[in-house]
Amino acid sequence: MSGKLKIRVDQDKCQGHARCKSLAPELFDLDEFGNAHEIGDGTVPPGLEDKAWLAHSNCPEIAIEITEE
Amino acid sequence: MSDSSSVLPEHPPVTDWVRDFDHTDPRWTENPFPIWDELRAHSPVVHTDRFLGCYMPTTYQAVKEIAYDTEHFSSRRVIVRDERPEVTRNAAPPITSDPPEHKPAKQLLLPPFTPDAMKKLEPRVRAICNELIDEFIADGSCDAAARYTKYIPVRAIAHMLGIPEQDSDRFITWIHMILELSIKDERMLMQAVQEMTAYFAGHIEARKQHPTDDLISTLMNAKDRNGQPLDDSHVLGSLRLLLIAGIDTTWSAIGASLWHLAKTPSDRERLIAEPELMPIAIEELLRAYSPVTMAREVMKETTISGCPVKPGNMVLLSFPAANRDPTVFPDADKVVIDRKENRHAAFGLGIHRCVGSNLARMEMTVAIEEWLKRIPEFRLDPAGQVTWSQGTVRGPRQLPILFGKAN
Repeated sequence: MSGKLKIRVDQDKCQGHARCKSLAPELFDLDEFGNAHEIGDGTVPPGLEDKAWLAHSNCPEIAIEITEE
Repeated sequence: MSDSSSVLPEHPPVTDWVRDFDHTDPRWTENPFPIWDELRAHSPVVHTDRFLGCYMPTTYQAVKEIAYDTEHFSSRRVIVRDERPEVTRNAAPPITSDPPEHKPAKQLLLPPFTPDAMKKLEPRVRAICNELIDEFIADGSCDAAARYTKYIPVRAIAHMLGIPEQDSDRFITWIHMILELSIKDERMLMQAVQEMTAYFAGHIEARKQHPTDDLISTLMNAKDRNGQPLDDSHVLGSLRLLLIAGIDTTWSAIGASLWHLAKTPSDRERLIAEPELMPIAIEELLRAYSPVTMAREVMKETTISGCPVKPGNMVLLSFPAANRDPTVFPDADKVVIDRKENRHAAFGLGIHRCVGSNLARMEMTVAIEEWLKRIPEFRLDPAGQVTWSQGTVRGPRQLPILFGKAN
């Protein structure tokens, strides 16, 4: 359970609510239309796990996937 | 603004909410939450014969199923009215558009409304808030709906569009005609649309001579998916949308937030002590007092949360009711100012997510921050009356507030 987290924004589901960017700007960025994507390869740096889960549990479209490696 | 209660014909009072609901009933306007609980306890989808036939999904799940289903539900009519006037092309794209026209129309509007774009507008909105507060702070009291929350969104969107902020009262009159009076009197809709069209046509003409760098010029210079300039009717429709959708809605959201804070000193004190809580608090206020109810039209027979839904009916798509569903939001009827898990649907779900959501959030945040800085202590005036708008957008239209601590 304490493995590394990886996040991914499902581009088909994201509608640009931008809640993830507001809650976890270290992990998510927006494109020119305001739709979200994970920063880099989506690996969550140590210490930011709670923010990843917070973004996940506030996305209205349930577009954020989190996997534990 | 005229009083919506004077509009004819009046609807008969509701005696059976489950089989005969009416979102224009004064009891719904005043306090819809217990009515939604009653409807939800009965069924995930209820129906009324009013408005020529209309369903209402009552649960978060049912609202979501309809919002995601563009095959069976059309957005060509987005307000539930007594009548169903002929559908006009380019009424207000993209909110009135279905796939495949929806996506290109929406993509034109998205870049000017990203969070980064809103950061550039934020200083002007802070200044608007302070100009308004300057006008009444010495009085020790004010009607916050009439003198503060009303003017913040209208001036901000006027600034973005590049039209005079002094025209605010005209815009507000048109919006009142379109969103409230037109439910029971279609002529109000026609008149407002004609006047708005003439107004914007003048601004478009002026920009053909002297281009500007505002949102009107952005739309005029935009290309459709075939690389052609937009029809004038598309430009006018989107301008109508931006004006209509950007004003009553956020006016309502800011007003409901101040109403809550006026009667909840503990939340007010917490926001002052912990300003970093503001983004989460704003989402919770959006959930609890979501202003916007949309509509769909049933195009093909289908089933929603197990309930049959038939064409020929409208759908009252109540995102506010979804946001009060206790199976999704524990303590749904309480404002939990630091609610951690909050997938609220105040800005819709699916492809029609509100294009102005980042603008609305920024305006709400700035309006509440600036108010709390200048008027940290305030309460509802017990001698006054709070009134709420009727129908599609719900928020305080009269909000009498006294400044300072109660004696």
